[in-house]
Amino acid sequence: MNGMSKTQVSSAVAASALTRAECEDFLYHEATLLDEWRLDEWFDLFAKGAIYEVPTAGADDDVSSSEALFYVADDYARLRYRIDRLKSPAAHSEWPRSDTSRIIGNVQLLGACEGGEKVRCTFATFRSKNGITDLFVGHCLYVLRKEEASIRIASKRVMLDLNSLRPQGRVSILL
Amino acid sequence: MATISSTSSATELSEGRWIRDDRTAGIFKVNREAFTSQEVLDLERERIFDRAWLYIGHASELKAPNDYLTRNIGGRELIFNRNRKGEYQAFLNTCPHRGAIVAREKCGNAISFKCFYHGWSFNNNGKFATRNPAGTYPDDFGKDGTVDLARVPQIDSYRDFFFISYDPLAPKLRDFLAGAKDILDLVADHSPNGMEIVGGVQEYSIRANWKLLVENSYDGYHAMETHETYFDYLVQSAALDMGSGDKPLVSRGYDLGNGHAVVEGRAPWGRPVARHIPAWGEEGKAAVAELRRELVDRLGPERAERIYDGDRNLGVFPNLVINDIMAITVRTFYPIAPDLMHVSSWALAPVGETPEARKRRLDSFLEFLGPGGFATPDDVEALESAQRGYAAAKFAPWNDISRGMLKDDPLGDDEAQMRAFWREWNRRMEGRR
Repeated sequence: MNGMSKTQVSSAVAASALTRAECEDFLYHEATLLDEWRLDEWFDLFAKGAIYEVPTAGADDDVSSSEALFYVADDYARLRYRIDRLKSPAAHSEWPRSDTSRIIGNVQLLGACEGGEKVRCTFATFRSKNGITDLFVGHCLYVLRKEEASIRIASKRVMLDLNSLRPQGRVSILL
Repeated sequence: MATISSTSSATELSEGRWIRDDRTAGIFKVNREAFTSQEVLDLERERIFDRAWLYIGHASELKAPNDYLTRNIGGRELIFNRNRKGEYQAFLNTCPHRGAIVAREKCGNAISFKCFYHGWSFNNNGKFATRNPAGTYPDDFGKDGTVDLARVPQIDSYRDFFFISYDPLAPKLRDFLAGAKDILDLVADHSPNGMEIVGGVQEYSIRANWKLLVENSYDGYHAMETHETYFDYLVQSAALDMGSGDKPLVSRGYDLGNGHAVVEGRAPWGRPVARHIPAWGEEGKAAVAELRRELVDRLGPERAERIYDGDRNLGVFPNLVINDIMAITVRTFYPIAPDLMHVSSWALAPVGETPEARKRRLDSFLEFLGPGGFATPDDVEALESAQRGYAAAKFAPWNDISRGMLKDDPLGDDEAQMRAFWREWNRRMEGRR
């Protein structure tokens, strides 16, 4: 993984014996932070150097942001700014803030990888703004790892299982 | 249909049902009914979308003979393909038998198409090629072409940008494009190897009238106000370039004829081809310098500079936007209802770009553009907000598009480019071709 020394990697892998229950608790907690717009706390869930991506609707799981157009392909610094922006009333798309509610399910541990543990889940996120409620559905691909006692997100990729972003129109909320 | 204006928009004062164009006083108004009325949309379909040239795709999307893609253009499902000889063609994607969609995948490579409903098949020139037992149909069945896939009346291209027209009488594409050709040349000349659509498309919708996105796409006036947070990001990420004494940040709006218009000038961000910003580091700096050298060698210093240091937002009437800015986006959009449009947006890039340059380009694109960018979602909010405002049109009926109307050289944050669009829109809505 980016910026990790070998010892860090091996200790991360050694410490990565995550259970599904732990992952579920973590993902439910993450969903709550997002629904309550506790964005700084959400950002704190990410390991340093983590990435957050939303490929275009219907893309393949292994699509690369170096070769294909995404909606969001944030490195750690851009993700930090995305959150700072969303906290500003000048982020017009999310001001006044939309109401969101997300349901997380089908949590699966897919095995260890270099940066931690691959975890997959499905989601259904409702976003309500200006009297209209839109639904985002799909699955998330995470790499999670334990750092000291806490679980951290090394990467999060949100795969929208939709034909297109119609009628949702935008991914101005964090998914 | 109520009466519409019979005065010409070329006269000093034109007072139509939807447009008030007073060139002497410098006042231009658009009636908000133009954004809300089903009757207007029906007329737009008949007089604009069924008569103008409409963008269907880029040559790079059909790389090999027999490649095809399917796309909805102006409310109709089309097949855009190449035959064995490599010729580009467009067909209505509906079975001549009973109407089902014949090609149901987004893209592929096919020498023939077969309808899944009753099995009618066609070669990739659209010719009926179904075998039936003798006596099923008359012997000369289909000889008159009526059971071939229907061809779109016209297809043509300019610099690899392909357009179709549903009007067999539409003037030639080159004549239709008028001054927009010069801007397309500038975009196509970014690379000696040609240009290509980068993998993927952003397909989204906006709950607003399609013409709001026409206006927004080359609206220099809103940028600093609506997109304050994008410019904050450029500052924070060492990506802002405010120009200098001999190259100030200034842009102008130009009427390119036939409803096409462009805003061209210098904007405060980096350009993958080719204006460096500190955020790209030393490697990026060297790469940008090399791109500039290549442009100067190939095109001469003056034209090269216009490409590497010039930003341009082009609107090709009625609904093609090519913004050659911090990246290049090709965007087209169609009305589904007066208050709903479907948008398709692509990234265009030089063929053979290095992986590092491609990554800078895509990052640069996503930071501003598209449904997850730091700017486009705020545009969407603004357009939807305007559409909600138009519900009050009975008592607040007019939009004002007068900014800079009395200037000889309107700036990019004036509204000359929108007036160019609206005058052509009005001309066509009055029934003229």
